[in-house]
Amino acid sequence: MHRLYTHELTFAYGQNMIIEDLNLTIPTGEITVLIGSNGCGKSTLLKSLARILKPAGGSVLLEGKDIAELPTKEVAKKLAILPQGPEAPEGLTVLQLVKQGRYPYQNWLNQWSKEDEELVFRALEATRMSELAERTVDSLSGGQKQRAWIAMTLAQNTDIILFDEPTTYLDITHQIEILDLLFELNMKEKRTIILVLHDLNLACRYAHHIVVLKDKNIYKQGKPEDVMNVQLVKDVFEMDCKIIRDPIFGTPLCIPFGKGRNINKVGIQHGKVDVR
Amino acid sequence: MKKYVSLRIGNVISFLIDKKAFFLTFVFFLAAFFVILVSASVGEVMISPVQVFQTIFGIGDGTNELVIKQFRLPRILISLLVGMCLAVAGGILQNLVRNPLASPDIIGITGGASAAVVLFLMLFSDKNHSLTVSIHWMPLAAFIGAAVTGICVYLLSWKNGVTAIRLVLVGIGISFLTKALTTLLMIKGPIYQASQANIWITGSVYAANWSQVKILFPATIILLLITVVTVRTINIQSFGDEIAIGMGNRVQLTRFFLLFLGTALTAVAVAFGGGIGFVGLIAPHIARKLVGSSFGLMLPISAFVGALIVMLSDLLGKTIFLPHEIPAGVFTSAIGAPYFIYLLMKHRNI
Repeated sequence: MHRLYTHELTFAYGQNMIIEDLNLTIPTGEITVLIGSNGCGKSTLLKSLARILKPAGGSVLLEGKDIAELPTKEVAKKLAILPQGPEAPEGLTVLQLVKQGRYPYQNWLNQWSKEDEELVFRALEATRMSELAERTVDSLSGGQKQRAWIAMTLAQNTDIILFDEPTTYLDITHQIEILDLLFELNMKEKRTIILVLHDLNLACRYAHHIVVLKDKNIYKQGKPEDVMNVQLVKDVFEMDCKIIRDPIFGTPLCIPFGKGRNINKVGIQHGKVDVR
Repeated sequence: MKKYVSLRIGNVISFLIDKKAFFLTFVFFLAAFFVILVSASVGEVMISPVQVFQTIFGIGDGTNELVIKQFRLPRILISLLVGMCLAVAGGILQNLVRNPLASPDIIGITGGASAAVVLFLMLFSDKNHSLTVSIHWMPLAAFIGAAVTGICVYLLSWKNGVTAIRLVLVGIGISFLTKALTTLLMIKGPIYQASQANIWITGSVYAANWSQVKILFPATIILLLITVVTVRTINIQSFGDEIAIGMGNRVQLTRFFLLFLGTALTAVAVAFGGGIGFVGLIAPHIARKLVGSSFGLMLPISAFVGALIVMLSDLLGKTIFLPHEIPAGVFTSAIGAPYFIYLLMKHRNI
């Protein structure tokens, strides 16, 4: 059974329609990546899936029930979201941050149960943050900070986790580090992961399922190797490119056309590769 | 984990105790106790701390008993409670609007109480400038003023829900409006009232008596207990709406409740202490510097720091210019205003 899907989801900011009648089923136990041009509504869709934004029409269904009608704390035990660029209060330690992930399970008297402790430590370990647990979040580097936030989301111990551009502002090493971490989570614990990513090549490499958004709806979805082609990139991103197979991973690799130094004897004319 | 101790009783009660915060809370508790003793022994009549102890336990002489029990103790206790309420209110509001510069005075709640007090003095005075009703009703006027302003700020900030930034901006606007109203009422009223109103607005605990303590003490205890129960919810507000919603917090409901709680704490404080300024701003900030921004850790320290600030201000006010008394609010503002500017300079990006 598919645990998370939308039914004719519509979302608007005032008069401005962002998503219209969108039906999407998130494959359980897989990594789904949402891609699309800037402002196409990827983040909006992600936030609607996590009930942060209230849809203007249609619904998001979690285990067959409208997410807006489920008790929000119960939802928080099944689905976690890490928004883009979260900010921790000044002076908060990593441990305090990660402990916050246990919020839906705690009450005012019961704030550090054995289960809380176990899951917080497991989350710290999985993100390799145990050593840094007592440092303040402000003092961490970009990659460490993001790992701390991911640890918080993991401590929430949900089957479904949503990430809004988790690699933004990170250098390539840390981008890969974060994506590897999420990939392992999916592999080892079969968690359903939904990401918004900007980098098409990384999206194709890490996603089992890719959802391409355009014109307030889904342009195409499926396995990256089935979906990715030159026409899609042209339609969605208005850019010419060549798609090749990644020589190592075999996943689609998009080489954007454009200007730049060309030390090969290959030119681009009228959007086509031209071998001289 | 050396810095923490896990406390678990059965499956119902469990806490992670931060040793440093626990220790500091104890230190501030002792400091507050010490200041109470000093404050009870100094003044126009000097009484030795030993005699203070004797008097408190009912074995002192009659004069001391009168001075300490009738005049000094209620005043000290009112200072303590007022300081605690203002500090906790400040901490709640700062978390609520995610800005360390928020405080009950800045978002207009104190200003609303001031305007109500001036209005009270004007409405209930006869031609000979004497009050037609008992002065004991003045705290009620202050309370109503604070509560009404809190509600106004909330309602005016509403637009498909209330956002933190709109709450601050509307609050600042309302704050100025109440100041204008206060000035207008003071100019229209007789001079005699202006000076009386002014002392109230500055904030003082001169007139403290046991009947006030009897109201303020249980009110403070109840509000502080509610705060303790809601610590986790207050905490999660400081992570922003998206994370709070994601964790299963009902943000709009919480925001309304926390504004209500902050307003109630401020209202009971200003009702008996007047417009003592800046405590709600400084105390949480000092606490945060000491133990970080986890609300559960900073709450008790912040409360004691607030109590210490008001008690020390009153102690200074009644001693350094003897036989004149200076309202405690003068000292809290004298420390608070420069500190506020320092905060502004430090947080240039706010």
